[in-house]
Order: sequence, then structure tokens, then C-alpha cells
Amino acid sequence: MAQVVLKNLKKSFGTVDVIKGVDLTIEDGEFVVFVGPSGCGKSTLLRMIAGLEDISSGTLSINGQVVNDLQPKDRKIAMVFQSYAIFPHMTVRENVAFGLTIAGASKAEKDAKVNEAARILQMEHLMERRPSQLSGGQRQRVAIGRAIVREPSVFLFDEPLSNLDAALRMDMRMEIGKLHHDLSATMVYVTHDQVEAMTLADKIVVLRSGSVMQIGSPMDLYHNPANLFVAGFLGAPSMNFLDVTITEMDDTGCTVRNGALDPVRIPSLPKGDTAAKVGDTVKLGLRPQYLIPSIDPASGTLHGKVILTERLGSETVVDLALTDGTKLIVALPEDAQFERGREVSLSFGPARAHLFTPDPELQASAKH
Amino acid sequence: MASISADNHGLRLVVRYMVLTLVAIIFIFPLVFMVVSSLKPDQQLLADTSSLRAFLPVGDISVDNYYAAFKRAPVGTFVLNSVIITGVTVVLSLFICSMAAFSFVFLKWQGRDLILSIILATLIVPFETIAIPLLLLSSKLPWIGAHGLEWGWLNTYRVQIIPFIADGLTIFLFVQYFKDLPGELIEAARVEGATWPQIYRRIVMPLSGPVLATAAILKFLAMYNQYLWPLMVVQQEEYRPVMVGLQYFFQLNRAWGEIMAYLSLITVPVLAFYLVLQRAFIASIASTGVKG
Ligand SMILES: Nc1ncnc2c1ncn2[C@@H]1O[C@H](COP(=O)(O)OP(=O)(O)OP(=O)(O)O)[C@@H](O)[C@H]1O
Ligand SMILES: [Mg+2]
Repeated sequence: MAQVVLKNLKKSFGTVDVIKGVDLTIEDGEFVVFVGPSGCGKSTLLRMIAGLEDISSGTLSINGQVVNDLQPKDRKIAMVFQSYAIFPHMTVRENVAFGLTIAGASKAEKDAKVNEAARILQMEHLMERRPSQLSGGQRQRVAIGRAIVREPSVFLFDEPLSNLDAALRMDMRMEIGKLHHDLSATMVYVTHDQVEAMTLADKIVVLRSGSVMQIGSPMDLYHNPANLFVAGFLGAPSMNFLDVTITEMDDTGCTVRNGALDPVRIPSLPKGDTAAKVGDTVKLGLRPQYLIPSIDPASGTLHGKVILTERLGSETVVDLALTDGTKLIVALPEDAQFERGREVSLSFGPARAHLFTPDPELQASAKH
Repeated sequence: MASISADNHGLRLVVRYMVLTLVAIIFIFPLVFMVVSSLKPDQQLLADTSSLRAFLPVGDISVDNYYAAFKRAPVGTFVLNSVIITGVTVVLSLFICSMAAFSFVFLKWQGRDLILSIILATLIVPFETIAIPLLLLSSKLPWIGAHGLEWGWLNTYRVQIIPFIADGLTIFLFVQYFKDLPGELIEAARVEGATWPQIYRRIVMPLSGPVLATAAILKFLAMYNQYLWPLMVVQQEEYRPVMVGLQYFFQLNRAWGEIMAYLSLITVPVLAFYLVLQRAFIASIASTGVKG
């Protein structure tokens, strides 16, 4: 199969730089997911791999061969589009067989491969229908079927599930995961759904305005986000950020505090683009799941009042207002009830807390 | 409530049908007049125009005018010429113009936008202004035919066909239509391994029914109604089309009945063509909003 290597890949539309130098190695058989906010360049990057967008500079190689100037048809890739892009004037069978027909495959070979794809995707009964007679999920299956029959080196998916409803999305997500397992093919998948990213990926690439923020396994990114952006992007509910002041600092960690937080030593240093020193204000990141509320005001280091309790059955999400006015969210893994207005204190394992230097770009966008 | 809205609905339907019927009548009357008149001797024809009898096949009805028309002019040759010229031009035009538009919309090449805007600018140039230069040019063009290399295109079919194959309007129609096709379909085909000619043949053309019908009809009407150009470039009866043939009936003794008979005859190919394309044409108006 195939390894895909991006070296300092750049793309600009006129004077606008959309991809600002991406370095990435996608190993053979790996499932890589691009995530990031809308407009960050995920689709553009994927389309550059596909050959549908020109590369402004940098090199793209598939299996050691530089493919910058190869046409999409010569790159041995298959792509599944958000709009499915199945041909409306052909039956499902003709759609799935399209690539083979173009390649001049024999009828027997075509039938064998198309029937195999139909079996894998459980759409044997749909083969003679027209796309207009299919549901969204069925159309997506056809698009995936068309991709798999040609046995490409690399599969590219651009938000393939975003037009489906939640239940179908979960089914299809599992099917894509299974497909990756069965075919053990290299897959690149674009989404802005972090559940898809977390569950499917071997490797997640977090993008922001055309630059890579962090690359790593889902759990790596979840537990060790490299910066404020990645920390806030992954995890649901998203991480709480508190403005805290550094009161002491050495090589192994620092002590921070603010109006609602008793001084606490965090055994790590602030992460991010800039360096921090004693007296600086930094962000303390706390995952909602790692906060333990208690009605005993002395038992925790963080103090606040309950605003709202959302009981989801398997989980309880508690909204709090800290004594300095900031909002905080706590997620508890069981059903629990806290009265509105109740004073609580919260404790957390300092090793599970993160410190980040502030991100000017994020702060600017948060104000809008 | 339900009955009121049902009544309303019924009333609306009645009004709609009345309007449509009226429009249909307005459009059909000239045709009826033409066919009916072609069956009458001149004297009666002229007398009848002052009353509703003009639209009724009454009085001295016969097909004598048709015999006379055939005697006066080689009607069959004219109709055949027009059908050949129009048919060949329409087919070639659809092919060439759709290919050109395909290239303008889907392929990337240097100077593409400039050339397209020049082609579109020709839409506002009236044919009359280029007729003379075109005549001079085509009188000198070479051709390799049955008799080897020859010079000059006058008195041929090709001089009536080739200048009209590619035109700005047809290219424009295709360009607009292609731009509205979902781009991801084309991209999917490219990723699936299709070459540009394959995309043209297997994806774009099969999805272009409506615009093909629109372009075909517009081209058909323009070509079938050609008058000035064939008048300039064809002196031999052998290659003359129907509209120029109409002259025969205005020379010497003018006979209105024969004119009507001739017009009725030359309308037949138009109706036949229209009926064949009717379905596609209606679909095309609905989807492109272009009127024929
Ligand atoms: N053809 C183009 N010309 C100019 N700018 C473009 C073009 N295509 C995309 N862009 C710009 O490039 C940026 C990245 O677009 P892209 O489609 O890659 O975003 P995305 O991450 O896929 O977003 P989404 O999640 O909304 O799909 C956007 O700001 C977009 O406006
Ligand atoms: Mg996108």
C-alpha cells in the first residue's frame, strides 16, 4: 500500500495563503484524521493530496514518488466527497464500476469486484437503482463502494458523514472503521466532528488557519495537548480555562493561584508559543471530567456556586460560577444532583492539570 | 374551509386553462390561416381575409396550389437542401460548441478567460456587418474534394454550413450550463481515473440533455431561416435553401395560394423537429430559463 509524505506543503489562492507549510508523514495503512475549525484548510489540504488543487510549493510524495505534477487519475487514490458525488445518470452498479470501466476491466473482473464491494457494504439489493431512489446513507455507501473497488493506495474522505443524521452517522462511522481494519489501507479523513476524529484515527492532525497545531494519537492529544488551541478543541465538554497568576516557578513546575483558586503546585511548565515567568498570567486547563466537587468548602482548592445541573443519565454536567465570576463546567460519570446556588469546592489532581501561555489569536476571536 | 380552498383551487385552474387556451389559439391561428389558405384559389383567399372564413376550409377547396407550387419551383430540392444544411450544422454545432465550452469551464489554460470574453463579445455583432468580408473570404478558401484541390466555396453546401457551426450564443449556453453542474461530479470522475475526453463523453454530455435541446432548437431555427447568406453565396438552384426559394413565388405573377402552399410545405420539417424535441425542450426551459 502506500506512505504519503507532505514536506513544507503550501497553497495560496492569489495572495491569500491557505496552507502555510504543512509537514506530515502518513504511514502505510494508517488512519489519519484532519480536524480543525471551519475554513482552516482541511479540505484544501486533502484536495492537494488528491491532485484536485495545485500545490503552490513544497513536495507531496506517495510511496516515495513525488506526485506534485501528477493528475488525480495517476495518483492511485480514491476520494469520497461530502456531497457523495455519485453520477445521477448511472445506476448504482454503473457508479460503483465506473473506475473499472474507465480502466477497461473485463466484465467478469468488474462483476466480481462490484459484487464483493456490494457485499461488504450490504447494498446488494440496491445495485440496479438510480441515485435519486436512494437515501443519504445509501448514497454514501455507493460512494464508498466506488472508492473501494479500484483498490487504491490511499483513501481520502472529505466530511463523508456530515450530511447524515446522528444515528446513521454512528453506524457509518463504525463501518468506515471496520473497512479500514479489513482493507488495512491508508486513509485520510477530514472532519470537524471530534468524536469521529477520536474514534477513527490512528493519528490526528489538528489544523488552524493553514498551519498544523499538533500531530499525535487521539489519546496523546487528549492528555498532552501542546497548546491552548488543541486543548480547547478536543474533548467534550471542552476543557475549562482559568486565568491564573504564577507565584513560584522552577524547572519542574510552578505554583499558580487566582481569586477562586487556592495556591496549587502544578508539576509541569506552561506550554505554548511563548515563555512564561513568575508574575505572568497564564491559562490553567482543567478537563471537566477530572474535577471532583465536594460540599465541604475546605476539601477542595477551587471555590464556586452551582448554577445548573444537567442530568444526562450516564453523566451529569454541572455548570458552576467560581467566586471570581468565571464559569466552570464539571462532568461527573454518574447521576448526581446539586441544588442551584449551593456552595461547593472542587479538587483536582495537579498532574492532570495543564498550563498554557495565552494565545493572542484565540483571545481575539473569543471576543467576537 | 376545505371546500372553500378546493373551490379556489378549481377556479384558479379554470382561469389558468382559459389563459393557456387563449395563448395557444393566438399562436395557432397564423398556422391555421396558412394551411387553410393554401387550399383556396387566390380570388377566394383574398375575399375570405375580411371574415372569419379565412380560418375555415370552406368554399372551393383543392390541392391545386400544391401542384402549382411544385411546378413553379423545385420545392423538393429546396426542402432537402435546407434539411441537410440545418441538420448537419445543428449536429456539428452541438458537438463543437459543447467541446469548446467544456474546455472553457473545466480545463485550465493560458488566455482562457480572455478568449471566452472575445467569443462572448461576438454575440453583439450583427451578421450583416460581417457578411461582406465573410463572402470575400469564402470565395477564396481552398477545399479538397472529389476533384482534388479547388478554390472558392461559393455554390456549395459547405459555405452554408461551416461558418455557422461555432457561434457565441451556443457556446455561451453550454458554458452557463456546465458551470452549474456540480463540480464534485467532475472531480469524482477525475479521481476515478477518467481522462478529460472520457469525462466529456461519460459524465458531462449525458447530463446535458436540457441544454442540448435548447441549443439544438435555437440553432435549427436560425439555420432553417437563413436568407441573406445563401442569397449571397449560392447562385445555383441545386444548393438553394427554402427561404431563398420563396423568391420564386414573388416574381412575375404573384400567387398567394401557391405561397401559402409553399410555406405549409416548408413548415413540415420544423414541426417534425419540434415534436421530436418537445419533451426535452420543455425540460430545458424549466431548468435553464432560456426561451426559444
Ligand atoms: N478556490 C478558492 N479560492 C479562494 N479561496 C479559497 C478557495 N477554496 C478555498 N478557499 C479558502 O481557503 C480556506 C480553506 O478552505 P477549506 O475549504 O480548505 O476549509 P475547510 O477547513 O475544509 O473548512 P470546512 O470545515 O468549512 O469545510 C477558506 O478560508 C476558503 O475561503
Ligand atoms: Mg471542507
